[in-house]
Amino acid sequence: MSFKSLTYVVASLLLLSACSSTPSDSGNAGSTGGNTGGNTSGTQIAPGSDRDFIVNVGDRIFFDTDKFSVRNDQRAQLEKQAAWLKRYPAVMVTVEGHADERGTREYNLALSEKRANSAKDFLVANGIAANRVKTLPLGKERPVALGHDEASWAQNRRAVTVITSGAGS
Amino acid sequence: MLRQRLQFIRSISAYFVAALCVLATIPAALAEVRVDVTKGSAQPLPIAITDFLGTGQDEGLGRNIARVIAADLERSGLFKPIDPKAFVSVEKSIDQPPQFNNWRVLKAQALAQGRVTAEGGDRLRVELRLWDVFGEQQMTGQVYTTVRSNWRRISHIIADAIYKRITGEEGYFDTRIVYISESGPDQRKIKRLAIMDQDGENHHFLTDGKDLVLTPRFSPSRQEITYMSYYGNLPRVYIYNIETGRQEVLGDFPGMTFAPRFSPDGNKVIMSMARNGNTDIWTMDLRTRAVTQLTNNSGIDTAPYYSPDGSKIVFESDRGGTQQLYVMDASGELNGAQARRISFGTGRYATPVWSPRGDTIAFTKIGGGFQIGIMGTDGKGERLLADGFLVESPTWAPNGRVLAFYRERLLPRGKTTKLYTIDLTGQNEREILTPSEASDPAWSPLIP
Repeated sequence: MSFKSLTYVVASLLLLSACSSTPSDSGNAGSTGGNTGGNTSGTQIAPGSDRDFIVNVGDRIFFDTDKFSVRNDQRAQLEKQAAWLKRYPAVMVTVEGHADERGTREYNLALSEKRANSAKDFLVANGIAANRVKTLPLGKERPVALGHDEASWAQNRRAVTVITSGAGS
Repeated sequence: MLRQRLQFIRSISAYFVAALCVLATIPAALAEVRVDVTKGSAQPLPIAITDFLGTGQDEGLGRNIARVIAADLERSGLFKPIDPKAFVSVEKSIDQPPQFNNWRVLKAQALAQGRVTAEGGDRLRVELRLWDVFGEQQMTGQVYTTVRSNWRRISHIIADAIYKRITGEEGYFDTRIVYISESGPDQRKIKRLAIMDQDGENHHFLTDGKDLVLTPRFSPSRQEITYMSYYGNLPRVYIYNIETGRQEVLGDFPGMTFAPRFSPDGNKVIMSMARNGNTDIWTMDLRTRAVTQLTNNSGIDTAPYYSPDGSKIVFESDRGGTQQLYVMDASGELNGAQARRISFGTGRYATPVWSPRGDTIAFTKIGGGFQIGIMGTDGKGERLLADGFLVESPTWAPNGRVLAFYRERLLPRGKTTKLYTIDLTGQNEREILTPSEASDPAWSPLIP
């Protein structure tokens, strides 16, 4: 199917755009590279779908080491998410919080809860009903970049907005 | 004879005085924050352990029992079992004193002998004789009866008896370790609760890996483990009953609960709850199910751990800007009492665990790399015992002399995560062999 081959094209684009040499999130192209946007074949993606959100909006923001406030350069990303969620009011999301591997397990759980909550608060402040946004802290348990260097850690200090229901397909 | 006996005790003691001196002097000398790489002067004590005597099928069993005992004692770093190939001759009976000359020439300070006898049904009788080779005295003699399948446990109990008789300290061999077994790709590790004897034997899994599980801890009083599970994508603290396999979520908290540990009497679980971007410390009484909030601070308060008398709690908090260790009364801070910071070295401090002896707190230190260290309960006398790309999660053996922890090592591609033990001298580090990757160890109390 043409849709399937498109998926592979998007996947390889995203992999190319990730600076790390380690492929991450294989099998789930959408959540790989973060703010890549850049999809020129948007007509193939149904508006209001998971893929629309991931590819055309961007599902994640990044944080500084040991910090949980939304960085200035990440605000536009969350504003785009809020605008999209307003357009599709049936969509429910969970914001997953993550930390890099350079912290203890339990502290990282707490830190990732703060990160998820910061992103949630931002969405709520931008007009999204709080009951549409759950949070799930995942600490350092689910890295996407597997290198052991700052470039990988920066990819892993993230909050990812995951659609749980209400999206078109 | 009495003089000889005292002489013996002195000669034995000399081995341990050296170790104690290391413990006593290093804290003062090493106020500075570095991994201590000085080799201690502790000399392991040469001991001969002969195959326990047995007839028929029990001949092999007697050999296996001796091997388990020797391995326990050797891993402690305080004993050096003599290679049986060097034995001059081995007694055919334990009913008479041994030929001490044959053991003296090997420089064995102590000689452990034993016998296995089949009793009715599936029962075994296992005897131990521990001899002072140079004093030509029996140090202890013990008899145990058990079912045959329990032979490993009896071996550990005998190793504990030898350890205690010679060092004067309680042993820790008749114990288990619960931990998290890891497999699968790093992006999506499969994690299972697993349990094993402290020497890695009798290994089995407690959960199937469907749900992410983390940070188990033993109950001090019941066959229970508290841990964290992501069952249903709701990260919460659970209790696992080892005998029934039953898993039960603890309480009805509105946010993530994590970092659970039992109170020393086993009646409470202390843990953190994170909600709306704030993490505080709570307890739940397991009898009344009443929950109590102990801290109320906008920072992250987590990794709580009771002192062995239950009167204090050490925990980590970033309330001062970075992760540091604090001590508060067990009643908490909501009555106006303030926790006192105890860690002041450079770097961050995490995962404090109070020694069963009461006088020491072990921790993870983060600054550049990661280290496992110990300090007094007032934060003084810091000493670092182990380090690595990542080391974390120290847990005390019940005698307070050995810590288990986990370490991630970088490989040319990827990394590997394994369990280790280190003793208080920092000299005797050992890997605990596990079937796959392993993290988050927790040492059981002595099995009742």
